[in-house]
Amino acid sequence: MFTATDLACSRGERKLFHGISFALDRSEWLHVKGENGAGKTTMLRTLVGLSPADHGDVRWNGADIREHADDYRRDFVYLGHQAGLKDELTPVENLKLALMLDGFEPSEDMIVDALHRMRLQGREDLPARVLSAGQRRRVLLARLLLRPAKLWVLDEPFNALDVAGIDLLRTMIREHLDAGGIAVLTSHHVMPLEHGREIQL
Amino acid sequence: MNTLVVSLRRDLLLAGRRRSEVLTALFFFVVVVSLFPIGIGPEPALLRRIGPGVLWVAALLATLLGLPRLFAADHADGTLEQMALSSQSFALQMVGKVAAHWLLCGLPLVVLAPVLGLQFGLEADQLGILMLSLLIGTPLLSLIGSIGAALTLGVRGGGVLLSLLVLPLFIPALVVGAGSVEAQSAGLGVQGHLSILGAMLVLAAFFAPWATTASLRIAME
Repeated sequence: MFTATDLACSRGERKLFHGISFALDRSEWLHVKGENGAGKTTMLRTLVGLSPADHGDVRWNGADIREHADDYRRDFVYLGHQAGLKDELTPVENLKLALMLDGFEPSEDMIVDALHRMRLQGREDLPARVLSAGQRRRVLLARLLLRPAKLWVLDEPFNALDVAGIDLLRTMIREHLDAGGIAVLTSHHVMPLEHGREIQL
Repeated sequence: MNTLVVSLRRDLLLAGRRRSEVLTALFFFVVVVSLFPIGIGPEPALLRRIGPGVLWVAALLATLLGLPRLFAADHADGTLEQMALSSQSFALQMVGKVAAHWLLCGLPLVVLAPVLGLQFGLEADQLGILMLSLLIGTPLLSLIGSIGAALTLGVRGGGVLLSLLVLPLFIPALVVGAGSVEAQSAGLGVQGHLSILGAMLVLAAFFAPWATTASLRIAME
């Protein structure tokens, strides 16, 4: 159960949004909508505890995320709009190190399988620097397949993906929701998924 | 502990992929130290007098050279954010990064110091104390420097600000570190100097990671 009550955020002097409340149960997802600069990214960063809210609180399974940050962090994956990859490392090394820093021990085979599912065959051992923007995004999204988490918080996950990539990610999100997961995402795409809620900032 | 090792290995791997950055700091150290004997000329007494100080100051500056990149690259590509959201301790991950910085920018200085010390006509026992003081001192510099690097993260012109912020904090280490070699030359005991340096290292090892992670979290807001 993921709830936010009366959230308000500002950037410097400017008020971004206020009075945002929602409650998400298992298998439900939230689509955060808004114009450019409306505060979608700030809202997601507030939901994962990177930025503080001016007002209101966010609760995960009834516990305030700031007071129980360690438990909360174990349960979610946040993918921001930055690449989150080291240019010097290969996709396999990138994923392996990111997951190990997160307390998981993925085998090389699991990582290669995940990269294959993201259709990155033959790119496993190239430095991330030579990959295209879409391919880099796919490497980042492969983390969703490898890192077990009940809550996905995704900032513009469809950016830079081609049509097949968008379909693939939609399927992944649907599977996550079917397995009882919760997702919060920002996107300009229409999401044909059930049990969705929308918030307009 | 595992987290610390993974983070350390990650930074060593990254440094291995772009060796030039590490070598720059080492060459800087060698060149700066070598300029003094060349500039001052063959005056053994004077050189022996200034040697320890010069080596210590050059070590401070060489450490400083690698600091702006300590967190900046990870901040720019979003991996620092991922580390902050990891289910493992953020502080331990940052200690791993600082340890990697020391292994790459601090330990080589300790190894090079006796070779460069020869140019100043330092005796074997003085070189030994110099190495020992740098061995305790350089991790201290990396730890103090990491606080400065975290505080200036994302600030425009952060590099200069970092120097202004960190160099004054290096002064106690410089005084005690260079002083230990002087004490050895004067025939006094070095126990006191090295103990104080060690105490400063223990204090920094305890408080610096906490200060660093707190400033990094603020920088990422």
